[in-house]
Amino acid sequence: MVAYFSEIYNGLISLFIGMGITFKEFFKPTVTVSYPYETLTMCERYRGHIELIENEDGNPNCIVCGLCQRACPSGCISLAGEKPEGEKKKVLTKYILDFTRCSLCGSCVESCNFNAIEYSKEYNLASTRKEDFIFDLLARLEDRNK
Amino acid sequence: MSLTLLNVIVAVVIAIAFAAANAAYLVWAERRGAARIQRRPGPNINGPFGLLQPPLDGIKLMAKQLLIPGGADKVLFIAAPVLAMFPAIMSFVTIPFSDSIVAKNMNVGILMIFAFASMGGMSLLFAGWSSRNKYAMMSSVRAVSQAVAYEIPMLITTITVVMIAGSMDLMEIVHQQSASILHWNIFPLLGNSHNILMPFSFLIFFTCTLAETNRAPFDLGEAESELVAGFHTEYGSMGFGLFFMGEYANIVIGSCMTVILFLGGWSCPFGLFPGVWWFLLKLYLLIATFIWIRWTFPRTTIYGLLNLSWKILIPLSLFNLLFTAGLIKVF
Repeated sequence: MVAYFSEIYNGLISLFIGMGITFKEFFKPTVTVSYPYETLTMCERYRGHIELIENEDGNPNCIVCGLCQRACPSGCISLAGEKPEGEKKKVLTKYILDFTRCSLCGSCVESCNFNAIEYSKEYNLASTRKEDFIFDLLARLEDRNK
Repeated sequence: MSLTLLNVIVAVVIAIAFAAANAAYLVWAERRGAARIQRRPGPNINGPFGLLQPPLDGIKLMAKQLLIPGGADKVLFIAAPVLAMFPAIMSFVTIPFSDSIVAKNMNVGILMIFAFASMGGMSLLFAGWSSRNKYAMMSSVRAVSQAVAYEIPMLITTITVVMIAGSMDLMEIVHQQSASILHWNIFPLLGNSHNILMPFSFLIFFTCTLAETNRAPFDLGEAESELVAGFHTEYGSMGFGLFFMGEYANIVIGSCMTVILFLGGWSCPFGLFPGVWWFLLKLYLLIATFIWIRWTFPRTTIYGLLNLSWKILIPLSLFNLLFTAGLIKVF
């Protein structure tokens, strides 16, 4: 008999404690972000697809050594360069990243000795067409500089 | 004669409008409240604070096709959602919102409301049976056993109040509580009842209201994890809409009854600003509690549900009935 009533009493008390918790939560600020209208800044070490780094003149740091191309296990990167008349270094003319095959392993960034590529913070990558994931990084760099 | 008929028609139209508006905006309040408790923003895109969400949802539901599954019992299938809405509307007719705002006061008001409330369970049974769907069937079996189990303590508690008031007239019950806040039936010390168990009666009645309206934590009829959507699995369009409106209308009725039986109806606590707003204030506070409870507790099991009724609520309410009878005899 005592057990019966103490069970009812304890059950009732626990219900009120639970309601107290939700009551407190009710007045706390929201923690979610309504995504398309607000976005979070991505964290420091987020790995998006790679992006070229530019120097002070707005040209890419890349000297077309091709190490990233060789480091890539999936063969995502294809790049080309030419040496203009009278210049010492090669100049990048094409840098294509096939993101459909990239697994974001980061070997390309690691292999680069000239601080020419980095991870982007890009994560809004949804499309119905495969071609949308073949990025021309040189064109993206020019877009950024506009 | 024609005047009374006109009165009744106007009252029913107002009741339907009140129930529909309540259903629409209680859904909004529920979604916003749930979101606040879970620390989300909730619906906030359509209109200021998402206030246009309910009408837009309504338009969407009305624009959809009402599909009747093959092999379903057509008559019952269509009758069930109507039957879910109709008793709630009819109950509004006899509920007194204040001294003057009542469509048709009856001296057996309580009896009428409980008679209509008992039809709610039938609509769930019809819906589950006629859908020809095993999940709907299971759900309606649960809903009926739940309705039977919880109507008993609810009615016993109501009888306690009726014994104290000596009347089944809702107006009369409120008038007897209107002297001061201590005359309310929930507070035991003044008034006709010197019953110290009345707060527990209130809790029992409120719990039964939750269960009777199929609200969480007693919403076993629509346990999504087991039964898809329960009795309204096969309903789309306004069939589903009517079940939804019926649920919220029933919540309003249940809260109205709690306010009238225990919280003194429209009577004001300290003689401040008497009027219908006291009724509405108490009503919406109770409804907010409904929402608050729903988003606090997880769903019980069917055994837990029936055990709570048969092993705890019914014995306690029976004891309370005897106790009250003894007190009435003594004083």
